[in-house]
Amino acid sequence: MVIAMRNDVDLRKRAWDVAAAVVDPEIPVLTIADLGVLRDVAVTDGRVEVAITPTYSGCPAMNMISLEIELALEREGFANSKVRTVLSPAWTTDWMSEQGRQKLREYGIAPPQSGELSPRAVRRAAGCVPAMRLGGYRGAVRIRLDLLQGVVALPKLPRTVRLFQMPLRS
Amino acid sequence: MAVASISVTETPLVLYALRRADDALILGHRLSEWCGHAPAMEEDMALANMGLDLLGQARELYSYAADVEGKGNDEDKFAYLRDVRQYRNLLLLEQPNGDFARTMVRQFFYAAFADLYWRAMMKSSDATLAAIAAKSEKESAYHLRHSSEWMVRLGDGTEESHRRAQDAVDDLWAYTGEMFQVDESERALIERGVVAVDPATLHPQWLTTVSAVVGEATLALPKSGWMQQGGRSGKHSEHLGHLLSELQSIKRTFPGATW
Repeated sequence: MVIAMRNDVDLRKRAWDVAAAVVDPEIPVLTIADLGVLRDVAVTDGRVEVAITPTYSGCPAMNMISLEIELALEREGFANSKVRTVLSPAWTTDWMSEQGRQKLREYGIAPPQSGELSPRAVRRAAGCVPAMRLGGYRGAVRIRLDLLQGVVALPKLPRTVRLFQMPLRS
Repeated sequence: MAVASISVTETPLVLYALRRADDALILGHRLSEWCGHAPAMEEDMALANMGLDLLGQARELYSYAADVEGKGNDEDKFAYLRDVRQYRNLLLLEQPNGDFARTMVRQFFYAAFADLYWRAMMKSSDATLAAIAAKSEKESAYHLRHSSEWMVRLGDGTEESHRRAQDAVDDLWAYTGEMFQVDESERALIERGVVAVDPATLHPQWLTTVSAVVGEATLALPKSGWMQQGGRSGKHSEHLGHLLSELQSIKRTFPGATW
């Protein structure tokens, strides 16, 4: 009994490592573990069940990720594994690992930051235009085009063109 | 058409899930019609991605309806093998895209509702519906932010964009009332807490959001008047049949086709 349990723990660890190494088909520098898409791995009677969650409802990569997990597990000797999708709790960019964020940055994509952006964080992100004045505006940050136009030569923009640095979708 | 429609046992819960699934599928299909036609690349991708959000919501809801019904139907059968009179979506969502302003006004009216609705539905006593609501709420919040931006930009833009946006507001307004209606079937689910909100209670808040954005867009809301209804019981405008003939043609013409 104890041996069987220990075996299951070991098997689970091995199965987790195999599933965790599967990469996102769209951004192959990231694994599904980096993304927080891999939620759970369970082993029952030697059979592996993996739970994944979509980043958004219509994510077309989910079927491919499921298949990749099953194939990877089969290559490592786990036959008849099963992948299920869980919706709750809903995925958030906060689940991306620090390692994942670093990989994303190196890949040339600005990684999402946790939670709402403070005006200071936005200013840091917008550091390329240090003279830009940023003021609070309905939880988002408004870039004052009139001030910006005074600093950088820009064509006159109509009043209704608004550039927003939005709090990131989380 | 070569394949007959399925029959559906519409218990209150099955009907409820199908109504919401149909809303998501039909609006998602409308957004997908913009793919390759939107005014800018960024917008082309945004519309297609929001269409995908809705398609994902539809799939979850159809699959749940299939589980609850337990008659061997599935998401594909619900989407491809029901005729127009079996569809239960809101009339607003099947209205043609028209110009870009019309698409955005339709999106805005619905997203302002869906955002409130799914947030309230997160308290459903049904774990599956609550999970779908939590996912949909995040997506609806984004759809609302996106369409609100466009409302202001179009309404407070050029003379032409203002005119087109105002025409769309005037024409689509009569379809907004249906979002807040419930029938006996749904009333029973509300009383049991399966449906966590009576949509009528969301109307004041919806109107506040809509009025604020429409005001900022220098547009005007029509005086509330007579409202269209019928989509929830399968009485649709002429547009849905055309949409379904495109959506369903392959499945119906080549039964069991795979590629």
